[in-house]
Amino acid sequence: MVHVTATPVLALRGVSKRFGAVQALTDVELEVHSGEVVALVGDNGAGKSTLVKTIAGVHPIDDGVIEWEGSPVSIGRPHDAQNLGIATVYQDLALCDNIDVVGNLYLGRELRSWGVLNEVEMERRSRELLTTLSIRIPSVRIPIASLSGGQRQTVAIARSMLGDPKLVILDEPTAALGVEQTAQVLDLVERLRERGLAVLLISHNMADVKAVADKVAVLRLGSNNGVFDVASTSQEEIIAAITGATDNAVTRRASRTVEVQK
Amino acid sequence: MSTDKTSTSLEKTPGETPGGKIPAPVDAPAAADGAVTAVDPRLLVREQGFAGYLSEFKRKIRAGDLGSLPVIIGLLIICVVFQSLNSNFLSAENLSNISVAMVGTGMIAVGIVFVLLLGEIDLSVGSVSGVSGAIVAVLSVTHGLNEWLAVVVAIVSGAAIGAIHGFFFARVGAPAFAVTLAGLLFWLGFMLQILGDNGTINLDPDGVVGKLTTHYFSDVAAAYGLALVAVVVFFLTSFLENRRREAAGVPSRPVSEIVLRTAVLAIVAFAAAIMFNQYKGLPLALVVFLLVLVATDFVLRRTTYGRKVFALGGSVEASRRAGINVTLIRVSVYSIAGTFAAIGGLFMASKIAAANQGAGTGDLLMNAIAAAVIGGTSLFGGRGRTWNALLGVMVITSIQYGLALEGIATPIQYMITGGVLLATVVIDSVTRKTQKTAGRA
Repeated sequence: MVHVTATPVLALRGVSKRFGAVQALTDVELEVHSGEVVALVGDNGAGKSTLVKTIAGVHPIDDGVIEWEGSPVSIGRPHDAQNLGIATVYQDLALCDNIDVVGNLYLGRELRSWGVLNEVEMERRSRELLTTLSIRIPSVRIPIASLSGGQRQTVAIARSMLGDPKLVILDEPTAALGVEQTAQVLDLVERLRERGLAVLLISHNMADVKAVADKVAVLRLGSNNGVFDVASTSQEEIIAAITGATDNAVTRRASRTVEVQK
Repeated sequence: MSTDKTSTSLEKTPGETPGGKIPAPVDAPAAADGAVTAVDPRLLVREQGFAGYLSEFKRKIRAGDLGSLPVIIGLLIICVVFQSLNSNFLSAENLSNISVAMVGTGMIAVGIVFVLLLGEIDLSVGSVSGVSGAIVAVLSVTHGLNEWLAVVVAIVSGAAIGAIHGFFFARVGAPAFAVTLAGLLFWLGFMLQILGDNGTINLDPDGVVGKLTTHYFSDVAAAYGLALVAVVVFFLTSFLENRRREAAGVPSRPVSEIVLRTAVLAIVAFAAAIMFNQYKGLPLALVVFLLVLVATDFVLRRTTYGRKVFALGGSVEASRRAGINVTLIRVSVYSIAGTFAAIGGLFMASKIAAANQGAGTGDLLMNAIAAAVIGGTSLFGGRGRTWNALLGVMVITSIQYGLALEGIATPIQYMITGGVLLATVVIDSVTRKTQKTAGRA
């Protein structure tokens, strides 16, 4: 396991968020350390997306404290989060199909010399970045449209790395991908951890969570329902925490399938 | 890379056993190995020499990346057909006349290319071009204003009119189609209003606007000089760009390819220069048009602004998330379309040396849009360049002049242009489909 720092990069202390009459988040606690992949799981409507959006600055929090590297910060706008070093890769990819990989990586922060796009430098740095992340794509000069879903996802994640973030939030990065493409993205998540970044991974896929996460934070109905160490926790325990019951149809089914396999 | 992966998955295996059924990490190393084989296709091209270029070309065609190929083939067909019907078609006089006549529509088409890159449409450009001609005529002839100043007022008005359309589309959120359709009617009425009862105002044929389409640089050195400058500048920029790429260690083109491209350009440029010098010389209108094309192409391909326009044509949401001011870009693009409509209007007025009630009406709007699309600009946004306007307008004007030489009436001419446009959008739609399937393969 990679070395984990004592002070978490990001810590949520008693964070609450209301939308009108709906209490979306209640006293949520969460810690993410550098070099650590924390999976955030929960059923539909558990508050995963809301939590991510509060961290990313889309929805400001109502109560509680967000701590960044040990000191409290206020994140009111997406810009604040970016300035702190939080990069968010959303589920629906924010890439332009018609522009090539280099153009997409640098979209909105193009390198210029004398007001003219410095394509050579952008291409050089893009290749460098993709090489360090071991991302394999046919060419950095082909349009995004001709890449596979997994390659697009890796480009989207690589794009988030350009701002030199300390925390990367991945919202369902493997949701729409095939087996091989999922493997590519999971490889990349591990590489982010090796580079000492903190990764917050939202996923529905238990296999993905078990494959790359160090810790699993479970949300249920807007509040914490346990933080588990992936290595020492069984899938049943996590699912029980997600559904809120140790004995119900889902867990019974899960244990049944395990028995059948044995 | 695969070793890293294996060690991690081994390390994690004990944790997985209680869960039982998680095959994904075990499959992962194989997947990663498979991905390693992907190589930059351009590197292959360089290693294989000429055969490599041929296979790269075939790959592009199969992937639906046709570029300007259909329109160039179309131009060749047009030349062969009309030349066989009438040997005057490829005469210096006819070609020279075509190259002057196409500039008015071509300028408007340049603005249309900008709008099409956003995936939108501007139906008002015809009327705006009429307004521009009328403004110059009224200010300079009726009110005796300096003609240069009148030209500036007309162009600025075009920009302002475009910005108004852009405001209603981008800020208010009305559909661009409806906004510019309203603009088409409104500015047509506005033009008729300012022209007054008289209806036609004759321009001074030796004035600024009058000279736009009648002035020729008759010195043979002018045409040859421009061709030489174009070739040298093209070669130097390509060569220096390549040097920088080599220095930075990113894939660059072999020098032989640059030389080949320069040679093709040189042949075209000097053939055109020889042709122009056989008639009256290098037309001023064409020089202005070429300068506009070089400048707009530079803006679209080499500046942040151009990158933003392309990004908006690809995905509005992605652009917004990248921090692009979507409203500002949209308004500015419509303003550019208005500006070029106004400039085109000046050339149209210059051709007849008058501003009349018919200006900017009839098939002008359709020809301008058709020119942009025929040249290879995608109606779906995000694909195209301003040089497309040149190729497209060459096709349309050649058909007009070719049929006129044959004495074939306007109705047939409309039908043929309509057929060419249909063929073009079919090619656009089909290549788009092919690109999608090829992209996913």
